[in-house]
Amino acid sequence: MGLRSAVIVFPGSNCDRDVAVALEQSTGQAPAMVWHKESDFPEVDLMVLPGGFSYGDYLRCGAMAVHSPVTREVKRRAEAGVPTLGICNGFQVLTEMGLLPGALLRNADLDFVCRDVHLRVENTQTLFTHRYASDQPIRIPVAHHDGNYYADETTLDALADNGQIAFRYVDEEGEVTSGANPNGSLKNIAGVFNASKTVLGLMPHPERLSDPQLGGNDGRPLFDGLVEALQ
Amino acid sequence: MSQAALAHTDEITPEVVAEHGLSEEEYALAKQIMGRAPNLLELGIFSVMWSEHCSYKSSKKWLKTLPTDGPQVIQGPGENAGVVDIGEGLAAVFKIESHNHPSFIEPYQGAATGVGGILRDVFTMGARPVMNLNALRFGAPEHPKTRHLLAGVVAGIGGYGNCVGVPTVGGEVNFDPAYNGNILVNAMTVGVAPANRIFYSRAAGAGNPVVYVGSKTGRDGIHGATMASAEFDEASEEKRPTVQVGDPFTEKLLIEACLELMATDAIVAIQDMGAAGLTSSSFEMASKGGMGVELDLDRVPMREEGMTPYELMLSESQERMLMVLQPGREELARSIFEKWDLDFAIIGRLTESGRMVLRWHGEVVGDLPIDPLAEASPEYDRPHSQREAPAPLAASDVPDVEDLGATLVKLLGSPDLCSRRWVWEQYDHMVMADTLGSGRPGGDAALVRVHGTGRGIAASTDCTPRYCLADPVEGGKQAVAEGYRNLSASGATPLAVTNNLNFGNPEKPEIMAQLVGAVQGMGEACRALETPVVSGNVSLYNETDGRAINPTPVIGSVGLIEDVAKAVGIAFAAEGETLLLIGGDEATEGHLGQSLYLRDILGRAEGAPPAVDLAAEKRTGGFVRDQITGGCITACHDISDGGLIVALAEMALAGRMGCTLDLPASPSHWAAWAFGEGQGRYLATCATPDGVIAAASEAGIRCMLLGRTGGDSLKVADWAPISLSGLRAAHEGWMPRYMAATA
Amino acid sequence: MKAKVHVTLKPGVLDPQGKAVEGALAALGFAGVESVRQGKFLEIELAGDDRDAAERQVAEMCEKLLANTVIEKYDVEIGD
Repeated sequence: MGLRSAVIVFPGSNCDRDVAVALEQSTGQAPAMVWHKESDFPEVDLMVLPGGFSYGDYLRCGAMAVHSPVTREVKRRAEAGVPTLGICNGFQVLTEMGLLPGALLRNADLDFVCRDVHLRVENTQTLFTHRYASDQPIRIPVAHHDGNYYADETTLDALADNGQIAFRYVDEEGEVTSGANPNGSLKNIAGVFNASKTVLGLMPHPERLSDPQLGGNDGRPLFDGLVEALQ
Repeated sequence: MSQAALAHTDEITPEVVAEHGLSEEEYALAKQIMGRAPNLLELGIFSVMWSEHCSYKSSKKWLKTLPTDGPQVIQGPGENAGVVDIGEGLAAVFKIESHNHPSFIEPYQGAATGVGGILRDVFTMGARPVMNLNALRFGAPEHPKTRHLLAGVVAGIGGYGNCVGVPTVGGEVNFDPAYNGNILVNAMTVGVAPANRIFYSRAAGAGNPVVYVGSKTGRDGIHGATMASAEFDEASEEKRPTVQVGDPFTEKLLIEACLELMATDAIVAIQDMGAAGLTSSSFEMASKGGMGVELDLDRVPMREEGMTPYELMLSESQERMLMVLQPGREELARSIFEKWDLDFAIIGRLTESGRMVLRWHGEVVGDLPIDPLAEASPEYDRPHSQREAPAPLAASDVPDVEDLGATLVKLLGSPDLCSRRWVWEQYDHMVMADTLGSGRPGGDAALVRVHGTGRGIAASTDCTPRYCLADPVEGGKQAVAEGYRNLSASGATPLAVTNNLNFGNPEKPEIMAQLVGAVQGMGEACRALETPVVSGNVSLYNETDGRAINPTPVIGSVGLIEDVAKAVGIAFAAEGETLLLIGGDEATEGHLGQSLYLRDILGRAEGAPPAVDLAAEKRTGGFVRDQITGGCITACHDISDGGLIVALAEMALAGRMGCTLDLPASPSHWAAWAFGEGQGRYLATCATPDGVIAAASEAGIRCMLLGRTGGDSLKVADWAPISLSGLRAAHEGWMPRYMAATA
Repeated sequence: MKAKVHVTLKPGVLDPQGKAVEGALAALGFAGVESVRQGKFLEIELAGDDRDAAERQVAEMCEKLLANTVIEKYDVEIGD
């Protein structure tokens, strides 16, 4: 039996199908698509909160999804150790839920940004990232209006000390530069883990470059790696 | 007649009629059709149904001359969008539509609701929208409003499309003083549907329920001019925003709910409530089916208190749909819309009366005959002046370049030719994860894989208004030909087009002549290239203070590539490849009339635009496609604005490598060779050119060796090497710098 | 009763929108603008007339939904 995964679908999610395709490509089976009004869903090995604009992101990105019926169950399972991945809006929801530290603010230049960025994998010893090399920048796209990672100094220090920084925006050579930072994130942070490294949130979209026809395949090792680690 | 209606009837003065945009003759006709004077509600309905927007009264005569048919066409003009067959049991559904005036008044919401409207036109037909494109025209960069309008329109297009989750993959942006007081915002959507599950707006089945779904109705967009009656004071004016506000979140829910319902057998007919809202949607559905309709307007979900039947019928609130359901399917439909937290209300039923009967709390407040009103919809043959074709401008009358590199840097860094990255990076162009790497913005055509298949849809929006101004017929042809080339250069076969005819006041013979000429040129080109017009939109009266926009007949082209693995982009693919010039001939070479070199380097707008040889376009386009899908070509770019060397520079910048040109002989006029905008030409690279050259020779198509890719500059004959870094700085620099500056 | 709620970014949290407004004001020649912070303003109509209860209730709304206290602070004003 392959990896069982679930994609949590909020009203306004719009990358749910995209990540389902990437998951199916790596796991060999379609994930369960769990509608936000459901308060329970089958046992799975991986939960994914997809990108999009849950509830239109009208109050604050990710804020309203926290109060969906399904979210309580997601939180319970994530806290019990079920691996959980939040991409873009999913990352925003995870911070609003308190499963991940920090918050995502409006991009520093105020504009929505959709472009390929380079990332350095800061911790390659996790369920999510063990197929990547730390000295090899990967290229995957961002597409967001509110991806400017913020946390207070103490939190940032703790993240660094505990290996909780997952990805940083870098230039093509792998250097952390301000020019490589698409949104003003503190310390160029593109993704973070929880303390036990079972929850990952990231702004870039690995599911969008998991197919060479789309212009790149650097997102795929994340999904393949999860399958390998969780089986 | 009830109190509600009577409250309005005594207000129908000649002023009220005029403010509803009806001429005296039209009002007389309305009275004749009614057999009495219409009340205000009914007058509002006449006004909307006979408006230029709904009736195409100035353009209809000419639109009828366009080719609309072909073996690939499933549905031509007359429905919410056009439909063409793309194989494997699927169809592409698409249309382009303008939202010019609202975008000038409030650029963010105007552009956003333009995107929302065109998306609805497409998913109304049962298609999931898969790509958005646009065509934008702004005033001169130095005009005080331009920066604000550009920023707002781009943010609005992105704000809506990004949230709905449909990638915005292509478009064009131009600047010209002719648009200072009238920007153009044309939005296009392409969707994909099962070819045998297309939904239409033709109502059928007396007694069938008429259902309203989506957002509630507010007082959005009710035309200010109609507010003549005494009951509308300043306070009510405040309540009545003439700018509609878009809600992309609701639209996203509406798409999912409609597509879910469309998977059942519940829907008889469906129509989105776009311009003129409930009036035109209910009227058109009934009219197409030869049915009558009764509506209980008090059942319409309302956002505000105290709304009147007049307001409900004329509101342009967004994100609403009207449907006719199969009897007995109401509860199924209701459960789907409730799942998506959308309003659902049965507001009426179909009848066999042939009349539209409007009730308000049980009392009849309006009663109009449907067919006579639709059939009497005015059609004008407006006078159009005769135009003389402009005299051609010989290259010998144009000064040559002094410094090829400096001129190229200047052109590539000019407002009309610089990179649009600042624009398209604000659009999510990758959501849905089917945008091909070679079809991202910045190339010739946008390319999106048809989900779950190996096929791809290519699309492009095109128009060169300065050509159309100089010669509408050639300009109309050129818009079609350029779209054809853009698709062909990616390897896709053009299937059909949608058009957006943007012009000034058609009551002026010289403007009408532009429309007539452009439609004639378009028609000729669409016939020759076998790309029928399957949908479209007309936007007239684009004038401010008597100054009309340039004629801007935009073409949205849609094509198919059967194997997306074969598609190519414009980027040089590898070092050491051979660079070829395909197509054109001695006559097309070196055409500088109406070129950007002439306008932006020399400050002259003269001469005839380049002529379009339609037979040559077809032959060359087919050849290029065959070579691409045969795997012989690694990158391809059509030559258009700025000429050969601009196209070359774009390929080099995209591929991040230079090239060296080996010309057999020095051109006699370098500017004409480099910047001439002769049509029907492509640049292509290949690893091994012999097969392509031989095939071209056999097909009677010119194919010249130009040089080789490699290095970090463009090396042209004895000119100093033109460094890519300098070109890139100019190309990428202008727009971010312009937008960062404060007015 | 009407509750007026202001939600703004905490001091020290970068406020790019506020910065943009600040820059624009300076460019328009408004001298002496030392800083601009932007935020959200919400009006909430409440039933009942117990002002203290209303204040407590709205504060709870802020904690639970209206503000993200990692980055935002809020002020509640109860009016008639």
